[in-house]
Formats: sequence, structure tokens, C-alpha cells
Amino acid sequence: MEAIVQQFFNLAIMERALPLILSGLEQTIVICLLVIPLGLIGGLAFAIISLSRLRTVRWAAIAGIDFFRAIPPLVLLIFIYAGLPFAGLRPSPMLAVAIAFFLNTSSYYGEIYRAGIESVGQGQWDAARSTGLYGYQTLAYVVLPQAVRNVLPDLVSNTVEVVKLTSIASVVALPELLYSADMARSVTFNSSPIVLAAAIYLVMLWPIVRLISRLERRVAA
Amino acid sequence: MTTGALPILEIRGLRKRFHDVEVLRGIDLVVLPQQLVFVIGPSGSGKSTLLRCCNRLEEPSAGSIRVAGVDVMARSTDINAMRRQIGMVFQSFNLYPHMTALRNVTLALAKVLGKPRAEAERIGMAALDRVGLADKARSYPGELSGGQQQRVAIARALALEPKVMLFDEPTSALDPELVGSVLNVMRELKRGGMTMLVVSHEMRFARDAADRVIFMDHGVIVEEGPPQQMFSAPSEARTRAFIAELAR
Amino acid sequence: MESWSRFLDTFFNWEVIERYFPAIMKGVVVTIEIAAAVVVTGTLLGLALAIMRTFRLLAVNALIVVFVDIFRALPPLVLVLLVYFGLPNIGINLPSFAVLWLVLALVLAAFAEEIFWAGILSIPKGQWEAARCTGLGFLGTLTYVVLPQAIRLTVPPLTNRTIAITKNTALGTVIGVGEILNQATTAQSFSGNATPLMMGAIAYVILFIPVVVLGRFLETRFTWRRV
Ligand SMILES: Nc1ncnc2c1ncn2[C@@H]1O[C@H](COP(=O)(O)OP(=O)(O)O)[C@@H](O)[C@H]1O
Ligand SMILES: [Mg+2]
Repeated sequence: MEAIVQQFFNLAIMERALPLILSGLEQTIVICLLVIPLGLIGGLAFAIISLSRLRTVRWAAIAGIDFFRAIPPLVLLIFIYAGLPFAGLRPSPMLAVAIAFFLNTSSYYGEIYRAGIESVGQGQWDAARSTGLYGYQTLAYVVLPQAVRNVLPDLVSNTVEVVKLTSIASVVALPELLYSADMARSVTFNSSPIVLAAAIYLVMLWPIVRLISRLERRVAA
Repeated sequence: MTTGALPILEIRGLRKRFHDVEVLRGIDLVVLPQQLVFVIGPSGSGKSTLLRCCNRLEEPSAGSIRVAGVDVMARSTDINAMRRQIGMVFQSFNLYPHMTALRNVTLALAKVLGKPRAEAERIGMAALDRVGLADKARSYPGELSGGQQQRVAIARALALEPKVMLFDEPTSALDPELVGSVLNVMRELKRGGMTMLVVSHEMRFARDAADRVIFMDHGVIVEEGPPQQMFSAPSEARTRAFIAELAR
Repeated sequence: MESWSRFLDTFFNWEVIERYFPAIMKGVVVTIEIAAAVVVTGTLLGLALAIMRTFRLLAVNALIVVFVDIFRALPPLVLVLLVYFGLPNIGINLPSFAVLWLVLALVLAAFAEEIFWAGILSIPKGQWEAARCTGLGFLGTLTYVVLPQAIRLTVPPLTNRTIAITKNTALGTVIGVGEILNQATTAQSFSGNATPLMMGAIAYVILFIPVVVLGRFLETRFTWRRV
């Protein structure tokens, strides 16, 4: 018991690691503020393209979505960070993270928007078009608002996944929350800094996870 | 009618409260073997609650319920064994959507009574045959009309050879043209000697099939009597008003 | 044209492919093994927890909810590092593949529990009542009537979640599990060539595209879940 407290809940070590970890948290927040809006926009683009009347365009969009959903984000990230230099491009960790997460995240958001748009019946399109709205107006004013409402739990839930995803930026030495905590761990030979980081993730995400549970149950009911 | 026979269903002083609302306020009701007792009353008067108390889907707050002489409320009574002897048919059928009609009927035969598959299927087919649906044995509920689904639900209860059957508005979820088929099955059951307690507003059916009609309001039995009397010359003003409303 | 051949030389170098193909294949086998172990144990544990929750024992349910919430809110990599570096210091030594398996199975169990539980809750009360009326007990009703329907509802969301979590086997590379990504990065640093990374990426795509497409197919086939 004593050993567990010493190893995982050592307050003295946590206190020493706190400044480092807080600066990591700052980086994590920066990544989130960069990646979440990019992903939401990219996903919308994916979804709209997948509505195209041209079958090849439609299929290309879906193939793209499935491709980036099939590759683990860490593989994508390492490929970009460690692979591109061989082609003469040297992305900074932040740029590599932004590109990898953009591709991964927008394919997931894209799939969610797609499901949402499909959940809005053809009748809505017909009704709006029959009042003289253009296709893009129908999409923007009639279909999308309903679509987003229908898949709101999934959108929120995926956003939680994106925040969790930022932790793998540590692998390319971007000094975000987990990277800073792991650095403190390797210096102190003690896991308490990681426990502290975990606690921070929990504080940020637990309320949202609770909210999702309730939203999902409401949809199921 | 066999007077002096032991009652199949005997309800004494039944009370039920939900939180601070008393929904049943002292019900006394006796159903003799082979009787069909018909219950009418405005929505919210406690008819469903009365039926659901009989097999303890709702726990009564006070009073006693005996089925074929056995106290349903007693701690020594095996409620699952008891429920098997009380068939129940719901307004919304509640068929298992992932099972064929036959499997809906045989599930309890196999899993509760432990009958071997062949025997369960034989009994199940016989029950489906009684409701005129032997040819739909392999259909799933989603492939059947509402009337057919309700008849499968009746067969499901029937297959367990219950001592009494409870019907909670069995036809009110059905399209008008499908009501007849379900009522015909119930008439057949009556002719075969089944004891039944039926909540319904099918007055014509009550006229020719019911032994007694009970009018409930606000959790009490206001009046009861044979159908002719209840429908043409009720003594209570409330009954008269309700029946006039029904007949419109 | 010259840059094209340099590109091929860097990312699709035939010599490198030949040399490291066996290593990547070894990684593929390890990835499949861990993924299979995670899927089986995680799903079963999640189902067991969801069933336990139906008994509505207050203390037990509170514990389940806390477990589920924590494992849904924490990044898997945080858990991996915590277990991998933390446990040895309190005298528990697990091989790295076991750490990865344990963490991912618990994460999947948490998500699966939530999905199964939502499925169970979405079965109308009338189904329970009808079954109880025929004399089936609580467990019989759960086993024959409620779970078969609930599990059907959970197939599409559970498939998609399972895919997302099994892709996290790539995190094993951080603690030295010899899965695809680990083999690929090792080969890349030995060969000084990006081809192994490309091979690793392709291996993942070949492995996971079928399940992603399967997930999409299940979503459309089981559309009645969104009624
Ligand atoms: N589970 C319950 N919780 C609280 N109130 C209930 C519940 N079930 C029924 N009631 C209330 O009990 C009263 C009688 O309901 P019910 O027996 O369904 O009436 P009826 O079948 O005659 O329409 C209604 O006011 C209803 O709102
Ligand atoms: Mg009712």
C-alpha cells in the first residue's frame, strides 16, 4: 500500500512536476484549438463531397474516409514526421501533428456528418427545393441543422477522442501534456507525474463523457 | 353456470398506490371457472393496474389475490410458476421480434417447463392452430399484421394452459378491419371453457360473450351486472354517462 | 523523371522491401494476435459488466460507472505508460505485450459495457413483462429475450468502436511490442530508408480496410437502430 502511494500518488513529486505539466497542458490545448476546428471543417468537406452526383467523386470521398479511418493515427503521424524528411521535407512536430490529425480527424467527423445527412429524409430536400431554394441553400439552412442535431452525441464523442488523441503527439517529442509528464517520470523514476496528467485529462473529459452517456441514452430512448 | 364452484380468481380489498396517488382503492372481484368478466371504464380509472396486479407485474399495496385458491402474494408462492398459470395479452402484443411465431410460443415451454424441442413444437403448433395461424409458424412478427401478431400473443399465453387469461385492451391497437379476427379467437376460447378477465371497449363482443360487465372509475368498481342490464339500464349515473359516450 | 525515381527509391525501394518483408510480416502476426485477444476479452468483459449492471445493485453499479467513465476519458497511451512504468516499481512485472493487451482490453470493455447497457435499456419494458408473464425468470428473460435483441442493436456501434480501439495496437511500439509499427520504425532506422514505413502503413491499410468496410456495411444493414 505504502509502495503504491509512493509510486503513484507522491504529492511532493507531483508538486515539483506541476509547472512542467502545466506548460504541457498549454500545448495540448493549443493542439486541440488547432485540430478540432480543422477537423470539423475538413469533415464537412468530406461529407459534402461524398454527396456529389458524380459517382466517381462520391466513391473517392468515401474511399478517402475509409482509408484514413483504417490507418492508426500514430502510424500516420510517424509516417509524416519520420518519412517526409526522406523526401526532403522537414515538418516540425507541430506541423506533422496538425497534418496527421487533420487527415485522421476529418475522416471521422466526415463519416459522422454523412450519417447525419443521410438521416434527414429525402422529403426535406424535396420540400426545400420546391420552395425554390438552391441545393447548397437547402443543405445549409434545412438539412445540415437537422443532421447535426441528429448526430450531436457522435460529434461530441468524437471530439473527446480527438482530445485523447493529442497524447500521441508525445511520440514525436511535441511537449504536450503526456510528453511533459513522461519526462518528469523519467527524471524522477516515479509514476506520480503521469497520474497527475491522467487526473488532468479526467478533469477535462469526465464531464463530457458523462454528458455523452446521457445524450446517447436520450437518442436510444 | 356452475354456482358454488371454487373461484379461479379472487380479489379482496385490493389497493395500489403509485407514490402518493391511490390508483386502486379497494377492489373486490371474483371470477368463477369458465366465466368471461368484462371490465370497462374511462382511461386512467385503473383497469390496467388491476390486471397487472393479478400477476404482480405491479406489487399491490394492500389486499389479497388468489388464483385457483393459491395466494399470489404469499412469500411461499413461486411467482414464476404462478405467472405461467395466468396468461396475459397486452395491448401492444409484445411479441419477441427476433423470434418466429412458433418460437415465440415455444420459448417458455422449452425454457420454463423444460419440454423437449419436439414436444414444445407440437404444443406450439397446436396453440397456433387454435388461433388460426398454423401456416404462419415460421414468420417473424414484423411480417405479420397487427391482428395476426395479437393472435400469436394469445397462442403464446394459451400454450402454457393457463387457468385464467387476462386481456388488456387486446384490440385497441388494431386497425378496425383486423379487430374481428382477434375477437373471434376470444369467442372460441370462451366456448372452450377458458376463464377470462377482459379489459376492452368492444361493446358488441361484451353483449354476446361476457357473463358479467364491471364498470370501474377512479380505482373503484362503481357497478357490475350482466351485459344486457349494464348496457341498457345501468343504475349509476356515471355508468350511464360512460356508456352513452361509448355508444356514440 | 529523376525525382520520380528518387521517390521510388526512397519509399518503394525493392531491395529494402525484400530485406524487411519478413520483419513486417512478423509484426502483422503480432498485431493480429494482440488485436484478437483484445477484441475477445474486451467485448466479453464489457458484456459481463453490462449484465452485472442489470441487477441494479447500487454499490456495484457505481463502481462499474466509475470504471467505465475513467477508461473512456483517459487516453490509452497514458494508461499504457502508467501500467508499463508504474507496475514494476510496485513489484509487478508484465511483459510489454501483456501491458498493451491489458490496457486495450480494459478500454474496449469500458466502451463495450456502455454500448451493451444502452442496448439493454433500449429494449421496451413490454418485452420484459411479456416474458415474465410466461413464467420466465429474470435471467431467462435476459438471456433469451432481451440480450439477443440488445446485442443486435449494438453490432454497428460496437464494431466501429472495436476497430478504433484495436488500431491502438500501434501504441505498442512505444513500449517495444514488436507489432507492425515497431518493426517498421526499427527497419527504417536500420536501412536509413522510408520504405519500411510505407510497408507498415500499407500493412495496416490491408489489415483494417476490410473491417472498416464491414463496419460501414453493418451500419446500413442494421439501420433500424436509429428508429
Ligand atoms: N407506473 C406508474 N407510475 C405512476 N403512475 C402510474 C403508473 N402506472 C399507472 N399509473 C397511473 O395510474 C392510473 C391508472 O392507470 P391505468 O391502470 O393504466 O388506467 P387504465 O388502464 O384504466 O387507463 C393513471 O392515472 C396512471 O397515470
Ligand atoms: Mg390501460
